[in-house]
Amino acid sequence: MTTTPTADSFHVVGDDIRDGAAPTGPIERRWDDRKFNAKLVNPANRRKIKVIVVGTGLAGASAAATLGEAGYQVVSFCYQDSPRRAHSIAAQGGINAAKNYRNDGDSIYRLFYDTVKGGDFRSRESNVYRLAQVSVNIIDQCVAQGVPFAREYGGLLDNRSFGGVQVSRTFYARGQTGQQLLIGAYQALERQIAAGTVEMNTRHEMLEVILVPDADGTERARGIVVRDMVTGEIETHTADAVVLASGGYGNVFFLSTNAMGSNTTATWRAHKKGAYFANPCYTQIHPTCIPVSGEYQSKLTLMSESLRNDGRIWVPKKQGDDRPASQIPEDERDYYLERIYPSFGNLVPRDIASRAAKYQCDDGKGVGPGGLGVYLDFKDAIARLGRPAVEAKYGNLFDMYARITGEDPYSEPMRIYPAVHYVMGGLWVDYDLQTNITGLFCTGEANFSDHGANRLGASALMQGLADGYFVLPNTLADYLAGSPFEKVADDHPRVVEAVQQVQERIDTLLKINGTRTVDSIHKELGHIMWEYCGMERTEEGLIKAIGLIRELKNEFWTNVKVTGVNEELNQTLERAGRVADFLELGELMCIDALNRAESCGGHFRAESQTEDGEALRHDDQFAYVAAWEYDADGEGRTPILHKEPLEYEYVEMKARSYK
Amino acid sequence: MKITVNVWRQKDADAKGAMVTYPLESVDEHMSFLEMLDVLNEKLTIDGEDPVAFDSDCREGICGTCGVVINGIPHGPEVTTTCQLHMRTFSDGDVIDIEPWRAGAFPVVKDLVVDRGAFDRIIQAGGYISAPTGAAVEANNIPVPKADADHAFEAATCIGCGACVAACPNGSAMLFTAAKITHLGLLPQGQPERDSRVIGMVEQHDAEGFGGCTNIGECTAACPKGIPLDVISRLNRDLLGALRREAVGS
Repeated sequence: MTTTPTADSFHVVGDDIRDGAAPTGPIERRWDDRKFNAKLVNPANRRKIKVIVVGTGLAGASAAATLGEAGYQVVSFCYQDSPRRAHSIAAQGGINAAKNYRNDGDSIYRLFYDTVKGGDFRSRESNVYRLAQVSVNIIDQCVAQGVPFAREYGGLLDNRSFGGVQVSRTFYARGQTGQQLLIGAYQALERQIAAGTVEMNTRHEMLEVILVPDADGTERARGIVVRDMVTGEIETHTADAVVLASGGYGNVFFLSTNAMGSNTTATWRAHKKGAYFANPCYTQIHPTCIPVSGEYQSKLTLMSESLRNDGRIWVPKKQGDDRPASQIPEDERDYYLERIYPSFGNLVPRDIASRAAKYQCDDGKGVGPGGLGVYLDFKDAIARLGRPAVEAKYGNLFDMYARITGEDPYSEPMRIYPAVHYVMGGLWVDYDLQTNITGLFCTGEANFSDHGANRLGASALMQGLADGYFVLPNTLADYLAGSPFEKVADDHPRVVEAVQQVQERIDTLLKINGTRTVDSIHKELGHIMWEYCGMERTEEGLIKAIGLIRELKNEFWTNVKVTGVNEELNQTLERAGRVADFLELGELMCIDALNRAESCGGHFRAESQTEDGEALRHDDQFAYVAAWEYDADGEGRTPILHKEPLEYEYVEMKARSYK
Repeated sequence: MKITVNVWRQKDADAKGAMVTYPLESVDEHMSFLEMLDVLNEKLTIDGEDPVAFDSDCREGICGTCGVVINGIPHGPEVTTTCQLHMRTFSDGDVIDIEPWRAGAFPVVKDLVVDRGAFDRIIQAGGYISAPTGAAVEANNIPVPKADADHAFEAATCIGCGACVAACPNGSAMLFTAAKITHLGLLPQGQPERDSRVIGMVEQHDAEGFGGCTNIGECTAACPKGIPLDVISRLNRDLLGALRREAVGS
């Protein structure tokens, strides 16, 4: 006899947790107080202290460069062939900062307020306020490095507006802001490599974290195990602290706007060693991506949200209307965002815009192949501003669209559809960006900290650089003031054990020799996640998904085919290791989504909506961060939920309204 | 459509390589070039053969990771990155040669994967502005004329893919080096280190084994980001000035 499991049978509840590093007092004083109270490391001692930084995106490169400059010995790792290629490079639209250069009423407080509200009251006030404070320093820092932001004729910096806000606070470099900011951080990093303060290891992938107990029995992160992706050599690196800046896990969906190599392995390995994974189900589905064109598709391409400044989103009013866009008269078009959300119109936050597009398509009004698309139309903008002005603003995006689809967006509207873009979830960290494992820090998209249940546009770049340039260098020093710690010998049992774990896993993967390719299993996982843990989630669907993922995990470990050997450049082996971790993470995402029986931000539970279909939060039950502990005894089947209650002293919790 | 690909296969840096032919039966015209290689690799894997190693990451033309020589042209017949090239550019029955970047300073790692570490070392030799974190002045205290900012941005869009080197008969990396000299040299923030930057980067460029520039212009023709040839003129001017100032000790 089989019984349907209940929603709460997939986890157990552990003790609540608190952010032990969180400062109190007036919010505008907290970061200054924390910095003042943080212990310092004397410059002469910094030379004796080693820090490992995994990842060279905005969060990792800026941290490695700044720590190297401060005089620490930094050892940096990336899986790419150069630190300049990390996926921050693909961010298009811009970076927010509360400079108020437009004199439009912006302030640190307003950026803080917008971000807390945009995150649907599921982020920490203290963290977000600090982010808003530091935002202004980021722009100064980047300009000093030579980042060529867009400027006005007077030579001063230009701004534009972005979704979810009513001020212009976004700094940009055409549609390539991420590229320019990353090149700035990369150059700062290369400068430190030349100075000998940073040792760079490219084409190296972190596969395990090494924990070593100190004399008091405290488990500390003291190193990592990496694989040299060219030779296959398994190396160990030990240090006084480990920083994970390894990015997000959107590729759990197979199709996403992430890079092919973006993965969860570094954070998932840390999770399996005890680091809590927070809010894994919070996924950002970006409304403006190029729709899927075929089964062979390897990734989805984002069209920057900035396009919503001038483009108007619409669908035909009639279901199944297959006339070309140009033949559908004005009065037969439904500019549904402008209609439903008159005050924000096309600039509503991402989660709302994505869901609205899904509903239109579910209602049979979608356009393009399979009816999975809506129009993003620049006809009015071109008429109002002239084609050259539109070209100057969005030229590279229009070119990209034309190249991928073979259609000309100047003469016919773009077709767009939502796609997985960013994850708000990640490793749980305290105010100091330290995980619950002593000495293990986590920054950028890899942590969970600042965006709550939904990230506003142009805030990812802000957070990555805030963490790396300004927050971590201060808070890490406080931890390192107690170091250098006793050196960890290469033959320490914990080092040997970690290497052995890595080696065994690789051997197992190579021995299975089944009949299914890694990609075919990854695609199947992606379909499950998109169907049941995507834009809309239900209890029934999530329970089904957990079962399907468990079966697929079994299929993977018994029937995957990994060709070649370890001792070579083996891209199949690399992918297999990542997909193995995605399978486990996908299961936890579904368990988290199942537990959170409310809708908030990017997490939409069909059972929890208002009469007109908007997300309905349940603050009395779910105003907490869900921090999951790995269930080592049950191989992850029954994770332990630790709740960190969220309190709002400054921003009143209320239903978001963009109408 | 049906396509035949001839792919350079080379086990590792020391092995001798060769072109190997693979027929592909059903290629969709909307596939990207790299998705066509994904399909080939799925087939090879099922057949128990070693898939073709090639680099790619963002697959949206900005990270600079991908890049192969297609029918003798870096990134193929369109001015774009390999990942943004689509099979609709080709016709049913086409035979396509696929090779790695060919340059002494970019040794082959495996199959179509090369080592471009030399680019990072050129940047290390001065391709930055020394701006210690936290020491920056208020951003709008450094006004930059819009024309300079736009021109600097244009040069800064280099993605470091290496197509310029692969296209150059001399295997020169002058377009890459000059793009950075131009980006930083046009900005007021870049002035204090302008001389040491150009001397350091050009010395490193030569030490890496890249060839000299003879103004052929193949680099700019192959550049997916359209970095103009005149950045090299700017580099030459900067270099001459810097060497003269170094010689007279001013």
